Order: sequence, then structure tokens, then C-alpha cells
Amino acid sequence: MQLRGSNQWHFLGSQILVCVCCTAAAFADPASPFSPTNIFAPASTPAKSIFGLSLFVLAVTGAIFLVVFTLLLYSVVKFRKRKNDDGREPPQVYGSNQVELAWTVIPVLIVVALFMATARVIASVQKTARPDNAIEVVAIGHQFWWEYRYPGLGVVTANELHVPVSDDNQSSPTFIKLFSADTDHSFWIPRLAGKTDLIPNHPNSMWIDPHEAGIYLGQCAQYCGTQHAKMLLRVYVQPRADFDRWIQEQRQPATVSAASQGQRIFETTACINCHTVAGTVANGRFGPDLTHLMSRDTIAAGAAKNTPENLRQWILNPDTIKPGSLMPAMQLSGQDLEALTTYLETLR
Amino acid sequence: MSTESIAWPSTAAGSRSFVETLHEWVTTVDHKRLGILYIIYALVFLVIGGIEATVIRIQLIRPHNDFVSPQVFNRLFTMHGTTMIFFVVMPVLFGFANYLIPLMIGARDMAFPRLNAFSFWMTAFGGLFLYFSVVGANGLYGAGNAPDVGWFAYAPLTSQTFSLGHSTDFWTLALLVSGFGSIGTAINIVATVLCMRCPGMTLAKMPLFAWLNLVMAGLVILAVSPLTAAQIMLLVDRYLGGHFFDTQAGGSAVIWMHFFWIFGHPEVYVLVLPAFAFASEIIPVFSRKPIFGYPVMVGATVAIGFISMSVWAHHMFTVGMGAAANTFFVISTMAIAVPTGIKIFNWLATMWGGKIEFKTPMLFCIAFLFQFLIAGLTGVMLGAAPFDWQLGNSYFVVAHFHYVIVGGIMFTLFGAFYYWFPKMSGKMYSETLGKLHFWLFVIGFHLTFDFMHIPGILGMPRRIYTYEPGRGWDTWNLIVTIGVFFQAAGILVFLGNLIWSYFRGELADNDPWDAWTLEWSAHSPPPAYNFALIPTVKSRRPLWDLKHPDDPDWKYE
Repeated sequence: MQLRGSNQWHFLGSQILVCVCCTAAAFADPASPFSPTNIFAPASTPAKSIFGLSLFVLAVTGAIFLVVFTLLLYSVVKFRKRKNDDGREPPQVYGSNQVELAWTVIPVLIVVALFMATARVIASVQKTARPDNAIEVVAIGHQFWWEYRYPGLGVVTANELHVPVSDDNQSSPTFIKLFSADTDHSFWIPRLAGKTDLIPNHPNSMWIDPHEAGIYLGQCAQYCGTQHAKMLLRVYVQPRADFDRWIQEQRQPATVSAASQGQRIFETTACINCHTVAGTVANGRFGPDLTHLMSRDTIAAGAAKNTPENLRQWILNPDTIKPGSLMPAMQLSGQDLEALTTYLETLR
Repeated sequence: MSTESIAWPSTAAGSRSFVETLHEWVTTVDHKRLGILYIIYALVFLVIGGIEATVIRIQLIRPHNDFVSPQVFNRLFTMHGTTMIFFVVMPVLFGFANYLIPLMIGARDMAFPRLNAFSFWMTAFGGLFLYFSVVGANGLYGAGNAPDVGWFAYAPLTSQTFSLGHSTDFWTLALLVSGFGSIGTAINIVATVLCMRCPGMTLAKMPLFAWLNLVMAGLVILAVSPLTAAQIMLLVDRYLGGHFFDTQAGGSAVIWMHFFWIFGHPEVYVLVLPAFAFASEIIPVFSRKPIFGYPVMVGATVAIGFISMSVWAHHMFTVGMGAAANTFFVISTMAIAVPTGIKIFNWLATMWGGKIEFKTPMLFCIAFLFQFLIAGLTGVMLGAAPFDWQLGNSYFVVAHFHYVIVGGIMFTLFGAFYYWFPKMSGKMYSETLGKLHFWLFVIGFHLTFDFMHIPGILGMPRRIYTYEPGRGWDTWNLIVTIGVFFQAAGILVFLGNLIWSYFRGELADNDPWDAWTLEWSAHSPPPAYNFALIPTVKSRRPLWDLKHPDDPDWKYE
């Protein structure tokens, strides 16, 4: 048994490398219509490091694939039994130590190279220390929504994470501590970083430093119960000034001019068992903080747009938007529902 | 040279009543009958698990579809995964091992025939118990329901706080019970291979099939035990106030993951080693050459067995184990690619210079080589921990492990069905239907699982009952679902072929493939106790020696 000259394979190897890189590059165009959650369109250092490693791994595995696939195709075609076969058995070959050695040593070398590249990226992402200018966020996974706290800034919000842009002019990465209030969840914004799980009794952390402003999407990536599918993630990356303004707004308690009918309903029904509205008696912790509900684009962890219509629907019958969510149907009369929604719409 | 056997006259079966026949099958301790029971049992569950998969794919055909509710969807993927791993692939592989090992090593039965029967019935009971949950497990609404915690059932979702009623208990007990069956069969295989080989068959002259199944059985004993322990701990948590996995009382959710994956990853090799075993028998026969590098193949198998015990936490790269642990599991995971690669190269070298006959079993094995190559390479991608931080728990992973289990294991399994069907039934299958099955399944498989990688790269997590439009996932999911119908059609042709051929097929010779291992020297189907005279062998291919007395193998080995 003899293997073909390796020059040919070098050539083919470089060809596949080019092909793989081109394909990855096509997927990687940030402006491409492929997907807002494309892992090959990184916009933050951890995601970019992973992307770089991915290209290397894809090139190596692509080259291996091409070599072995060609050998397989060649042997299937070349050594097929012909129509005019003489019926004699082919030469019986039992093995060859040299060949075995070759295809043991070469894969070992490839594995070593892959391992070194991988270990470097693991260290670069996991061992980055938190710089002083970093924003600190605590993300808490709940069935089936996200709670965000900014301990240094005194802000509590839900489902829509706001972070500043971190670019060459002003580096300000965001370090996120990850906790879970109930079951396992996973925080995954593909364009910003790989996923990290939120596990009860097992604090984790991760960091991002988005280079461009915009809305980055993702969703829970660890099965957490009935509504795992609609536990969506939205990260609003804002220029520093906008971010600071947002923080200022969020720090304010709810601005309620006069006690309204809707507020009375909110505070005398089960709403306050689960929801907080800062500056009022409502201080529940089980559901999202509603102090600045109307500053958010979505409700129900991204499952619906934050419109008065959807809000009414959500209070009336959450199962029509997100079946299995832990928000109970509030069983309000039409009049009370209207008043309550009107109150919620004042929580800006 | 006494590999010849005397064909015993088949016992007069025609005159028996149905009840007598049933009684015979239920009380049998014959390794061949138990093997066939395992296989038929697995085929029934294959259809059930396949229907579950089809419903899952119909639900995901477009965004915001509402073919099934989220509750039903979560039960479906839990049952699909559990069924396919524990009640399809494991039993069917045990079935083939049971049927073939004694025949291949020239033994009259397994070492412990009664343990063998016990193990089968435990496994069978486990599967029935799991499905009894559909009517028996009173859940939140007082009605029966199936488990919905996912096949790896991460804590604390399985605690009483989050999993009310008894559906999780049915899952736990089903795996516990079938786990005893698996361990029983594993002990039996180890004992049979080590103690029951015919005269002359040293370990180095044993067919690779027996070697691979020996290592597989060793892995079962090592891997299923921690799973069993974990299931008992979970029961203690749920009913006796234990706190192993109860995070609200200081327990650890991560410990469950370790327990599950120290089972779960060797389990992958438990499933794939028998697939390698089929390929290692079929490829040489249809290439008309002995397996290339037999000692290296054995070494690679044993290496895979050992290394597979040290890779489990590559399922946990996103859990936050820290850089050092992640780095360790990267190197161990990538290391296992080396012996696996050696195996692929040896199969290729076996075909090299041969005269390849494209009979249905060989077609499935060639497709296996191609698909398993890709499955291995996507495995290397996932083994690079940072890449896994992106790809883990996405549809890329789902595509990867279906490439292993369907593209690798199921394909060789179909090959094995066709290859040994004449031996087991005494009838030839229909080659035309076999090839139709092959092409339908190849097309369906590639439509489904090639395109399934892409939504994963585009950020689609697994286990979601629906997804948002506008994420670039729609088209891929549509194609994936279309592929399922080709696969389903392939399965129907396959089952039709088995049934039709069993009743209407041509009678099969004892040795229709001109093969070389001992099972082909027995009558088709082999009589009870297999061999009238225990054969004596001098090489790895006793029937080659018999057919080529001028040029026997034992001169070269």
C-alpha cells in the first residue's frame, strides 16, 4: 500500500483552506442579511477571539476532510469490482507498520497544533481581569425572564440590558456576573460572546466589550422549563453619553403625579406580590421590576412588542403570548384592565 | 480443520399453537432468540421515536408554528432522546452482540443464558415503564403525562419544586431498571468473550466484532453504574429529603452534570463501538480483503475505551469550570480523534486494492465512512472549547450528534441488518428494496442533518418549541423538516423489506457473502446450540483457511 505524494495534498489543502475561509467570510459580513445572531459576525473581543480560532479549526478540519474524502472517493471508484472481473480474490494485504505509524503521528501533530491554538484563546477569554473602568452588571436568570442589576449604579431592570460602546476612544467593557434564581439558564448573545450558563448555587461571570452601537439579540441557551423558547435576550449597546442618560433615568423612582385608579388596582391585587415599582408600596421580587416599564421596547422577555394592546393582552391572558409563563391571568374586569394598563403606561 | 458444522434438522415448528410459540419465546434463554427479541423490541421503539422526531420537525417547520404546545414539545424531545438512546440503539446493538458473538467465537450460547434473559426483560420493562408515564404519571393537571425534563435532565429542573407530579420519577425508574439490564448484558458479553472462545481462538485471533463488543461491554459496566447511582440520588432528593442536587438547600446542580456525562460520554462510545464492529466485518468481506492492520485496530479500540472515560466534561464547557479544567478536557477530547482517525484510515486501507462489491450492506458502510468523517471533524470543532462556547447547545450540536448516531451508528446498523438478515432468517432480502432504502435514507439524512448545522451557526439554540422570524433560520428549518419525510419513507421501505423477505424471500445459503467468520459456517438460521461440533480455528479468518487450503491465513498472521 502506498500513499500518493503529499505535494498534491498540500495543494488541495490550501485550496480547501481558501474555500472554507471564503465561506466563513461570506457568513461573517456584519451587514449581511443572514442573521442578527450569526456567530461569524462578531462585534466584541471575546466573540472575535472565538471567531479567529473558528477559522483556524475550520481550515484544518476542512483540509482533513478534503484529503480523506478524496481518498475514500478514489478507492470506491478505482477499486470497485469490474464487470469483467476474473473472479479471483485480490492480493490479501494484512497491514503495514510504516503506514500505521504515519497516520498515527500526523494526526497527533495536528491535534497538538489545534490544542495550542485553543488553549491560547481559552486563556485570553477566561483569564482577562476586570479593569477599573468596567461596568459591572449582575444578570439573574428566572423562569422565563432576565433580571439585570447594576450594583455600582443603583439600577434594576429586566430583559433589556443596556451597556456602553467600548471602542478605541473609550474602552469600557462590561463584566457580567451570572446567577440563577431557579433552574439552569444560559446567557448567549452570539455576536458579543460565547454562552455562559447561569446555574443556581454556582456563580459565573463573563465579559463583553461591544465595539459598535446597536441592538444585539440572543436567547436562553440552556433548557430551563416550559418557556425556554421565549426567554429572549436583547442587549442595547449605546454611545457612552446615551448610556449615562439611560442610567440617570433608570435611577429615578416612578413619577406618579396623583394616585390613579390603575395604581390602586395594582397595589390591591396580586400584582405587587411579584413586581416592584420603586417609590410605591409595590416591592415584589418574583417578576420583572416595572418602575420604568415603558422605557422598554418589549414585554414578556422579548416575546411581544411593548404596545398598550399587547400589555392588555398580557395582563388578561399571558398564555396567548407565552403559554406556560409564570405570570398568572389577572381576571380583571374590562374597566379595571383599562385603568391598570393606563397606570402602567405612566411608568416611563 | 474442523470448522464444518452439522446442520441440525430444524425442529418441527409448524404444528405448534400460537400460545405455545409465545410461551417458547417469552421463556427462552437462547442467545439467538433473545437477540432477535432485542432487535424487534428496538424496531418498535424506533418507529415510536421516529414519530416523535417527525412531530418535533413539523412543529419547527416555520417560526411561531403552533402544531403542538410548548408542554407537549418539551415532552416530545425528552421522550425522543431517551427512547432513541436507551430503547432503540442500545437494545438493538445488544441484540446483534447477543446473536453474533457466540456464533463468531464458536460457542453454543452466552456464558450466562438466564442472566441474558433477565437482562432483556429488564430492558424491555424499562421501556414500557417509560411510556406508561403517558397515562400513569399524574402531573400538574391531574392527568397523565410524559417526562419533560430533557434526556439529560439537568438539576434542579428535576427537583420537586420544578417538576411536580411523577413524570420525572417514571423517567428515573425507567433508566434505573433498564440500566440493570444493560449491566447484566455487559457482564455476560465480557464473560462470554473471555471464557467461551473455541479452541485455537486466542484473543489475537478473535474477530474484531468480538473485540469491539468486549470493549463496549467494559464501558457499559463503567458508565452505566454512575448513571444508576445518580438516579438513586435523584430519588433520594425527591422523596427522602436529600440535598444532592437541591440547590436551594446547598446542593449542586453541577454535580448532576458530572454524574450524567461521566455516563453520557462513554455512552457515545458504547453506541459507536458496535457500529465500528459492524463496519469491521462488512467492509473486508465486500472488499474481498482482510481487515487492514488488525492489531492496530484492536489497540485503537482499547485506546478509545480508555480515553473516552476522561472526556465527559467537554459537555460542560459553558458551565464555568475555569480555564484549567476546560484546557484539560480540550486535550483529552482532541486526543480521542487520533485512534478514531486510525480506524477510518484502516477501513480505507482495507478497501484499497480490493474488489469492492456494492451490495446494500457495503453501501451503508461507505456512507458511514463519509458521514462519520464529518461527524468526527465537527466533533473536533466542538472540542475546541471556545468554539463550543458558541456552538454548544445550539442546533450545530444537534446536527453533530445526529451525524454520529444516525449517520454513523444507524447507517452501519442498517448495513448489519442486511448483512446478517440471511443468517438470522434463512431468507435473502430484496436487493432492490435495500438500495431504495439506502438512497431514500441518504437523501433524507443529508437534507436534514447537513442543513441543520447552519441554524446553529446562526444562533439557534436547541430545545426551543418555536423561534422568532427574522433570524435567518426559517429556510434551513424548512429544508431540515423536508428531509425527515425522505428518512421516514426509507424506514418504511426497510421495514417492508424485512417483513416481505421474511415471508416471501428466497432461501438463503449458509454463506451467501462468501465470508470468513464462523457464523457463516452454521446453518441459516442456526439451530439451537449453534454447532454440533465445536470448531477449531487457526487464524482470524477460519472460513478463508477452509476455502483456500493452499493459501491459508495462519501462514501470514
